[in-house]
Amino acid sequence: MGKFDLLKHELVPQFRIMTKEEIEQLRKNLGVRKEDLPWMLKSDPVSKAIGAKPGDVVEIIRKSPVAGKSVAYRYVVPG
Amino acid sequence: MSFYELIKSIKSIKFGVLSPEEIRKMSVVNIVTADTYDEDGIPIEAGLMDRRLGTIEPGQKCQTCGNRVGQCPGHFGHIELARPVVHPGFAKLVYNLLKSTCWNCGRILLTKEEVEKYTLLMEKYQKKWPQLRLRLAERVIRRASKNTECPHCGEAQYKLKFEKPTTYYEEHKEGTVKLAPNEIRSRLERITDSDVKLMGLDPRIARPEWMVLTVLPVPPSAVRPSITLESGIRSEDDLTHKLVDIIRINERLKDNVDAGAPQLIIEDLWELLQYHVTTYFDNETSGIPPARHRSGRPLRTLAQRLKGKEGRFRSNLSGKRVDFSARTVISPDPIISINEVGVPIDVAKLLTIPERINPYNMDQVKRLIENGPDVHPGANYIIRPDGRRIDLRFPKDRKAIADAVEIGYIVERHLKDGDIVLFNRQPSLHRMSIMAHKVRVLPYKTFRLNLCVCPPYNADFDGDEMNLHVPQSEEARAEAGVLMLVQEQILSPRYGGPIMGGIQDYISGAYMLTRKGTMLTREEASQLLARAGYTGELPPPEISEPKELWTGKQLASLFFPKGFNYSLKSNVCLKCPTCKKEECENDAYVVIRDGKLIKGVIDKKSIGAGQPESVLHRLIKDYGTDAGRDYIDRAFKLFLAYIDSRGLTIGLDDEELPAEAKRKVLEVIRQAEAKVSELIDIYNQGLLERLAGRTLEETLETKIMQELEEARELAGEIASQYLKESNTALLMARTGARGSLMNLAHMVACVGQQSVRGERIMRGYMNRTLPHFKPGDLGAEAHGFVYSSYKDKLNPIEFFFHAMGGREGLVDTAVRTSQSGYMQRRLINALQDVRVEYDLTVRGTDGSIIQFRYGEDGVDPAKSDHGKAVNVEKIIERVVKAGGS
Ligand SMILES: [Mg+2]
Ligand SMILES: [Zn+2]
Ligand SMILES: [Zn+2]
Ligand SMILES: [Zn+2]
Repeated sequence: MGKFDLLKHELVPQFRIMTKEEIEQLRKNLGVRKEDLPWMLKSDPVSKAIGAKPGDVVEIIRKSPVAGKSVAYRYVVPG
Repeated sequence: MSFYELIKSIKSIKFGVLSPEEIRKMSVVNIVTADTYDEDGIPIEAGLMDRRLGTIEPGQKCQTCGNRVGQCPGHFGHIELARPVVHPGFAKLVYNLLKSTCWNCGRILLTKEEVEKYTLLMEKYQKKWPQLRLRLAERVIRRASKNTECPHCGEAQYKLKFEKPTTYYEEHKEGTVKLAPNEIRSRLERITDSDVKLMGLDPRIARPEWMVLTVLPVPPSAVRPSITLESGIRSEDDLTHKLVDIIRINERLKDNVDAGAPQLIIEDLWELLQYHVTTYFDNETSGIPPARHRSGRPLRTLAQRLKGKEGRFRSNLSGKRVDFSARTVISPDPIISINEVGVPIDVAKLLTIPERINPYNMDQVKRLIENGPDVHPGANYIIRPDGRRIDLRFPKDRKAIADAVEIGYIVERHLKDGDIVLFNRQPSLHRMSIMAHKVRVLPYKTFRLNLCVCPPYNADFDGDEMNLHVPQSEEARAEAGVLMLVQEQILSPRYGGPIMGGIQDYISGAYMLTRKGTMLTREEASQLLARAGYTGELPPPEISEPKELWTGKQLASLFFPKGFNYSLKSNVCLKCPTCKKEECENDAYVVIRDGKLIKGVIDKKSIGAGQPESVLHRLIKDYGTDAGRDYIDRAFKLFLAYIDSRGLTIGLDDEELPAEAKRKVLEVIRQAEAKVSELIDIYNQGLLERLAGRTLEETLETKIMQELEEARELAGEIASQYLKESNTALLMARTGARGSLMNLAHMVACVGQQSVRGERIMRGYMNRTLPHFKPGDLGAEAHGFVYSSYKDKLNPIEFFFHAMGGREGLVDTAVRTSQSGYMQRRLINALQDVRVEYDLTVRGTDGSIIQFRYGEDGVDPAKSDHGKAVNVEKIIERVVKAGGS
């Protein structure tokens, strides 16, 4: 089997590491600490693929059957 | 100091392990005697019922704190163990600690560099991700226990084995050696505080050596009260029994040690002490026999008091019992509103609502007081502003009391019509299982409820009982009335449609009333409308010559709001390839224009319970819950009135087929049988072609089953063609009131294949289901095909197969309910305090985010159109229709 890029698989949504400013904006909008966002492990295949490190926040854009497009965020933790 | 100043909020809770010093410090008595009371029934000093442990007898003062029964919190004692024993609850942790530290120097089995690295990591985790601390500790332990040589003192490490519940072995070259608890304890003592931290414990509150007990706390006597039986014999609590065992063995061990007894005897006693302590904590520990009472019953020790359904948590903390509640059998009442509940007068006289007296209710309340507890609109208690309660059961002259009450007094008055109460039927699986109803005090002894609220409660009247609760504060009643009232719950978040609505006779009645040909005289029409509570004008008759006649559709139209437009296919629709809509000759296309039923019959699709996109659904969405409730309360009575005037019944005749039809059914079945034997022949000749992914045998089975299923269906079709139009069972099946065409086919044509586990019946004897068949018979009859119809009779073999299939159904339901119940419990425990915030995020109690937008689209399914935020098609249809006319 050739090299497999999991980010290109159609069932894997779009992931993007957010910038400091974006994170700050998101925190303000939601009124939460970074730790209050849902978590994602550093060892997650996607974390590895996009090079996310503990402390990063990842933006996920998915196709949704009910909302068309939905945005979620993950806080990367070690492990 | 006010009450509110006394309230402190809890910032955090920390759990630790009691140290021996702490146990001694909180103890009021060192218990050394295994006995409880002497011959005179006086508690023995330093015994398990020592007076200092707290009073349990009323009137006595506690020897420790001086309080009386209610006030004395109870006081702990302690037992000095002759030899240490492992605490069974920490045995696994002790094992982990032992295997990741050096037996010689006590340091963690990691190099200096590793220790530094992990210490730094641990500090970082503590600050940023405290939840992940334990996972890191796990990693540290896993890492350390891999080392076979101490990096600090260079000593070789032995392999450690742990045997449940509390035994540890060390594998030396010479053989395995059992580790004694005192050896374990001294090893744990050698572990440094910093290493303890690395392994995830806080040494200030949980030193490892504390997990090997040298002192055992003895709980206060209030925790394990002795009971005196009628015969005067005292019976001790299970915990006391267990403590007696521990003290006995402990004393014997002490004596033997003091007397210098042989090591073997001491070890035996020591192990026995360990056993007793282990079972004292948990008498269901795996690997050891449970300690038993003299009668043979296993003892209920500490863990058993907390665990499971009857444990402290589920039974006493999550399952509190309440006052102001009632429970009785339910029965139907089609007259009362869906918002109401019929409350028996006897119940109404027992349940009360506190009402504060003010200038406006003074006169009424005085009358209630005069009536007292035994006459219905009465009162049971008066509460004076100073908190004193006056019981109205005893005073002779209630008139005097009534005259004496003043503004500000509180009267606990009987439940009366219109009071808001909560009504509930278990299992409470969804929010509509508890709804607010308005009280209707009625004679007799059952709770009465409107038939349309049966679906949300899943209630029927074969002996079901329901619970009723009376909210005691104005706030609670207001909240219940606004949020939980039945009419507010008609639209279910489960369907995005009405969960309440017509069932059974409501649907048959609506159909019979609204179908073509229902013509009513003035008298009949007036009669029906009167029962529905209609007070308006009778519309002009459809036919005026030779006699004034009204159609059922005209009457049904009177209850739709003006300007209401809707159209849909009804349940009786034959699903023709191209629907002729308004021109449907079956009158199966419902058209309501400007609140008038122009075309079509009203049936399950229009007014049925649990039917999304029905007339009822549209009505409630467009005109509100008040209109919806009003429609159900009034129009539904019209349907019942009509079915009452006509009568609806089925009899044996309805299951009779003409001879011709019978012949045809028989022919169909005979053909199927021929095909089956043909298939078997092909199979036997080895000519059967295998289906993909199936074995040859499975292929044959599938084909046979297909054939027989087709035959049954065909038989059913033939039967329904020959049934008379007047057949009421057919009417009910077509309108969706009750039963299906399949049920009907079972009754009149052929019951068909019985199955167990989705296959034809295969079990029984070797190679055959019953001794009536030849071994290896693959035919229909031999594997549970029931040729007969219920009406004709089932022969004994058919009957037997039918019972097999039926039994499976029963077992399935039983298994399913228990499984789904368990799943429900776990889901509720996991989700109970998750909520949707005003910004539409879903969050936990600590503000952590679970969803960024509720359900991704932020739509409340109860307020949605069958799951969608808006039903665009219906809106367009409405706008276009309105513009066109
Ligand atoms: Mg029942
Ligand atoms: Zn006390
Ligand atoms: Zn060492
Ligand atoms: Zn049609």
